Amino acid sequence: MIPLSVALVWELIGRTAVVSLSATAIAMAIGIPAGTALGMLRFRGQRPVAAVVNTGMALPTVVVGLVVALVLFRNGPLGSLDLIYTVRGMILAQVFIAAPLIAGITMAAIQALPEELPDQLRALGANRRQLVVRLWLEARLPLLAAVMAGFGHAVSEVGAATMVGGNIHGQTQVLTTAIVEDVGKGDFTPALAYGAVLLALAFAVNAVLTSVQQRGAAWVQS
Amino acid sequence: MKARLLVAAVLMVAIAGCGSDSGSGSAPSGQMVMATTTSTRDTGLLDTLVPAFEKATKCSVKTVAVGSGQALDLGARGQADVLLVHSPAAEETFMKEGHGASRLAVMHNDFVLVGPPSDPAKVASAGGVDQALQAIAKTKSPFASRADDSGTNAKELKLWEAAGIKPSGSWYIKTGQGMGATLTIASQKRAYTLSDRGTFLATKNLDSKILVQGEEQLQNPYHVIVVKHDGTNVGCAKAFSSWITSAPTQTLIAGFGKAKFGQALFHPDAAAQ
Repeated sequence: MIPLSVALVWELIGRTAVVSLSATAIAMAIGIPAGTALGMLRFRGQRPVAAVVNTGMALPTVVVGLVVALVLFRNGPLGSLDLIYTVRGMILAQVFIAAPLIAGITMAAIQALPEELPDQLRALGANRRQLVVRLWLEARLPLLAAVMAGFGHAVSEVGAATMVGGNIHGQTQVLTTAIVEDVGKGDFTPALAYGAVLLALAFAVNAVLTSVQQRGAAWVQS
Repeated sequence: MKARLLVAAVLMVAIAGCGSDSGSGSAPSGQMVMATTTSTRDTGLLDTLVPAFEKATKCSVKTVAVGSGQALDLGARGQADVLLVHSPAAEETFMKEGHGASRLAVMHNDFVLVGPPSDPAKVASAGGVDQALQAIAKTKSPFASRADDSGTNAKELKLWEAAGIKPSGSWYIKTGQGMGATLTIASQKRAYTLSDRGTFLATKNLDSKILVQGEEQLQNPYHVIVVKHDGTNVGCAKAFSSWITSAPTQTLIAGFGKAKFGQALFHPDAAAQ
């Protein structure tokens, strides 16, 4: 049995973190404003759009992988961008996986705020930007939960990472695709080790977010 | 009364046990796990063979299509009853370690070196596999390796060794995936790769072509191995081994792929034994 290469483990941790954290950050930048708008505004078609976003929360990652790969293939519509089998392509795919989750939970969080809150804030003279910032502060606990869910979905998925990334060693291999590969070789020991490392990575990221979240909670109660 | 019922129950179980077992005389039956390589699945050969075998016997087949390395591993752990694999060196080790009851030649297909139609490393005119691989390494043209311990991967590494090259560097792309996925990646990356002919012909949407073929070195023999391990369905495994090497099945194999691909994908070998 080949012993685990420590350098390889660190490489995989680094690439997994870069891909999933970047994707989560971009998904936040899209999902939180979009979810807020859907939660606050009443417009024609708001319900169907909300239903689409909620469905997006259950988007199968292999479907995302398939569609993104087809679009990024050399002969696909965006083939000239040269993103297939690259880290940037994987980030793009994971944005599609994390963004609906973040938007959906944000929408629910904004809608769960007291109905009269926006009107009260407006009466106090808040402009639109101040209003939104205030609502985000009020809803920060579920918003952080939204980010955690988005990151969790992105870091744990393997379908899109395989199809868009290609599991190329030293270039696009991440922890989840390394696990699938080793299981394919019947090599369960490193697969289990990568699984433990992946859990540790998820735990570390969520521990940071949770401490931010719970500090926020304590602040609310004081 | 109770005791009588118990005796009757025990007797019934015993009788049932005899019936389902591959005991002397009775035809083998039950479920059999066949571990085989992705190439037999990806070409569609299994879809032809498995139903025909199930029709001919009372065995039902569960196929697990993995790399030859994992197929042998499943056999060694008794998780598969019969193997259809193509990794001769690893198979011989498997037999030497006592995991197999029998090993018979079934068929062969051949490997081909495929690459982008533009052929930047000019491997088509290099004069052979060795020279082709040397040209790829020299020009640092991308080459996609399965790097998954499969029979094809083992063959590829042997060919590099024969060419006197230790492939490494960013041009040597390790995918860690099956043949179909690796061919797709190679096509997209305009990379060369080694494939069995069947999977190359059966994989759709490729922008690659066969550049080197037909050499002795590129032959790919498949063997059927009956696994020797406690708790396996030896009856069905033996039945499969003799069925797949029988004359009618060999004819079936010889004709497979002619309608769809215009050429046979596998060439029967069992008659030669």
